[in-house]
Amino acid sequence: MTNTVGEFAKAKLLFCIGTNMTEAHPVAATYLKNGVNTGTKLIVVDPRRQELADYADIFAQLRVGSDIAFLNGIMNVLIREDLYDKRFVEEHCENFDALAAKVAEYPPERAAEISGVPEQTIIDIARMLGTIKPAMVIYTLGITEHNTGKRNVMSLANLQMLLGNMGVEGGGVNPMRGQNNVQGACDMGAMPNMYCGYQKVDNPELNGKFAKFWGVDSLPDKPGLKIAEIVNGLPSGKVKAFWIFGENLVATEPDIKHVSHCLNSAEFLVVQDIFQNETTPFADVILPSAAWCEDEGTFTNTERRVSRVRKIKEAPGEAKPNWWIFKETAKRFGHDWPSDSGQELWDNEISVLCPAFAGIKFARMDAIGGIQWPCPSEDHPGTPILHKDGKFSRGKGNFQAIDWIPDAEQPDEEYPLVLSTGRRLVHYHSRTQTGRAIGFNERMPEECADISVEDAQALGIADGETIRVKSRRGEVAIKANVSKRMPKGMVWMSFHFRDTNANHLLSGDVKTFDPDTLTPSYKACAVKIEKIEKQVV
Amino acid sequence: MGTSPVTAIINGKTITAQPGMTIMQAAQANGIKIPSLCFHPALASSGACRVCLVEVEKNPKLLPACTTPLTEGMVISTHSSKAVAARKFVVEMILIRHPLDCFSCESNGRCDLQDLAYELGIEKSPFQEKGSVCTDYALDDTNPFYIRDMNKCVLCGRCVRACDWQSGYHAIDFQFRGIKTTINPPVGRKLEESDCVFCGQCVQACPVGALTEKKAVGQGRPWQSRTVRTTCAYCGVGCQLDLHVKGDKIVRVTGTEDGMPNKGRLCVKGRFGYDFIYSDDRITRPLIRVRKGEHKSPDDEFREASWDEALDLVSSRFREVIEKHGPDAVGGVSCARSINEDSYSMQKLFRMVFKSNNIDHCARV
Ligand code: SF4
Ligand code: SF4
Ligand code: SF4
Repeated sequence: MTNTVGEFAKAKLLFCIGTNMTEAHPVAATYLKNGVNTGTKLIVVDPRRQELADYADIFAQLRVGSDIAFLNGIMNVLIREDLYDKRFVEEHCENFDALAAKVAEYPPERAAEISGVPEQTIIDIARMLGTIKPAMVIYTLGITEHNTGKRNVMSLANLQMLLGNMGVEGGGVNPMRGQNNVQGACDMGAMPNMYCGYQKVDNPELNGKFAKFWGVDSLPDKPGLKIAEIVNGLPSGKVKAFWIFGENLVATEPDIKHVSHCLNSAEFLVVQDIFQNETTPFADVILPSAAWCEDEGTFTNTERRVSRVRKIKEAPGEAKPNWWIFKETAKRFGHDWPSDSGQELWDNEISVLCPAFAGIKFARMDAIGGIQWPCPSEDHPGTPILHKDGKFSRGKGNFQAIDWIPDAEQPDEEYPLVLSTGRRLVHYHSRTQTGRAIGFNERMPEECADISVEDAQALGIADGETIRVKSRRGEVAIKANVSKRMPKGMVWMSFHFRDTNANHLLSGDVKTFDPDTLTPSYKACAVKIEKIEKQVV
Repeated sequence: MGTSPVTAIINGKTITAQPGMTIMQAAQANGIKIPSLCFHPALASSGACRVCLVEVEKNPKLLPACTTPLTEGMVISTHSSKAVAARKFVVEMILIRHPLDCFSCESNGRCDLQDLAYELGIEKSPFQEKGSVCTDYALDDTNPFYIRDMNKCVLCGRCVRACDWQSGYHAIDFQFRGIKTTINPPVGRKLEESDCVFCGQCVQACPVGALTEKKAVGQGRPWQSRTVRTTCAYCGVGCQLDLHVKGDKIVRVTGTEDGMPNKGRLCVKGRFGYDFIYSDDRITRPLIRVRKGEHKSPDDEFREASWDEALDLVSSRFREVIEKHGPDAVGGVSCARSINEDSYSMQKLFRMVFKSNNIDHCARV
């Protein structure tokens, strides 16, 4: 996020798109509601009439995967009606003409036709954005989990630059990060092209800096494979040895059959985790790790705030801290790593190697709590808001002319509905944790497929009845939840339960992924639903 | 409202405060404690309990500190004999209907009512002689997360305001009138069928034992536990939690009141989702696959191994692959749930030791 969660309560206008915040980020949603109760205006854009829509001044129920057309339509109106921030665009942005030419192709009539949002609603939203400033743009995986994910994000950046809503309190582009430490995993360089602190592996100077610091002659300078490429490289033998740390890939990656096949073809597979799960049976070696509360370290939240995580107990049996496992492995290759605790790793390596984290140290966090990066020195208070006064890290903000293209997998005659997937309030991912905490299964003992009243009526499906959801990959039998919040033509499921896991249905074909980030289309998969006829005994 | 600081005298001490502050806020900001039951710094004041009555010079009546704005030159006494007498009366009235079973109460030792009675020297309510008027509501403990004992409720309304403001719902409210008043979901609805999302914010706000965490029952007294601050393990909001820990067991979890970004707020996962770490099906030893045939099969078994054996095997197999097929033939996925230091170490292992940039994480799920 460029800004902070607390600003939701004070902002003038919030533009929430593709975020099921009340379930996925509940505490953030409490600030949003505080704002709405004290005068903040709210625009909600989502295929589902989800809880946030109840609080919205304007709710736009757009079709799955039409985001770019819809956003281009809004920008069309902003430019046409002269409602954008000319000064900001002139002083801080480049490539405006290309953007203007592109969005000129998306008058609100056309945007309405593609997105299903009424033309007048698109115009009203543009006018609200044009007159109430600043506005915060907030989004989640509803934006990124498409084959157009990266382009969706760039469109939102276009919108905020056009409105001059960057670098100010109550503005910015704000992705709500899903998992507790997704931000941290990126920050730490668990990415094929960057070291920790967003330092590129193919930059000779940085490559040299890391090699020197780690005490080796050279480091690979070609960006590596992304997760989907690694997994898909297993059957062909392109990748032979695979190490999975803490991710239940079989349950959380799309197309369970396909992922299982890939993992099964690994020549050597290491799985490092706290519980046995759907992925561990494929392992050659399973390494037991310390869990939350069993080690000292840090998490980085969606606001770039690095906060302490503390230990209260020993790991059970012989389970070990994860960093210890990596350190011990390095030792077997003749490397003796100096750091011997979370604190030593952070204070003596990470914060030394990364200018953005240089001023963040354990002692400081212990004294004052979490600190938001960039924090270049120990007397720097941290940075709640990025790009202050229109200063972008690469000089000027660059507008991108972006065309709408449909989601890779389109509904057709055989599979006429669109399945989107996500998380529900009381569970988390494959439930390896909430499934083991008392009370959570009781609140939600099984998964259901949310379907619209119209589709249910057309097929004669009653609320609570078990139905079949089928895709080109597979099928699951699951209870129907007939909901007024669902639009016709859409099915919504989570991936919390083993047998009814929506990932049985999703496509694992990289052609349906975002071509740049290789993020799977978790939000758009063609399916059909069927009534299960009772057998007469 | 002016913008210059307001100066006043509390208990003989000159204080300054921000304009617009109430007497309560000004006192707190200056380290002076005014007793109260219904006041909570994160919530709007309601002036419901009358425990915070203070004497202000030139005012014939006592004033509630939590709702009275501090004005320039006020001379306030928080513990004058008149204020203490009034406070004592209020607390004694509450104790008429409050069961005195502190022995078994989960809130024993962290109860504002108990502390107040102690401070005011009240042993029992003088009115009780005329026959106990304690209520006899059934315990509401059908939900898995917290217990509601309306017999202990002092009707301070903190839970209602916490639900409204800190959790953004309006699941509970004052129901019925007069001596029958209770805090409940709308009449006729069970909590499980109400708008309640079981965030437990009301439980954290309750000053007495009317709302308590179910999993904490019998797990330990406040003075037996230590408080460890940490960060929630579930979503990217990164809420700050106070773990109340006895030995190596978490007794209960509360939101850190001054922690950012959540300022005391938590959701159901952060507050009640901690006990997976005690699950008895944790993996506790390294395991090595024993193949039945040449290829991997679901019938294969795993045998326990020492760390040395397991890591020797991992290292030799990775070394073999790298030597034969080059460093691009290995790959790794790091964990987006684990601490930064773990992800840093894993990418360091891949880059520095294996010489491969094939390292990624599940940013998307
Ligand atoms: S648990 Fe949360 S939602 Fe339920 S009554 Fe309490 S504060 Fe309200
Ligand atoms: S339940 Fe607790 S917080 Fe709520 S009104 Fe009663 S005493 Fe106050
Ligand atoms: S308490 Fe809830 S909202 Fe806060 S970090 Fe944990 S899961 Fe997220």
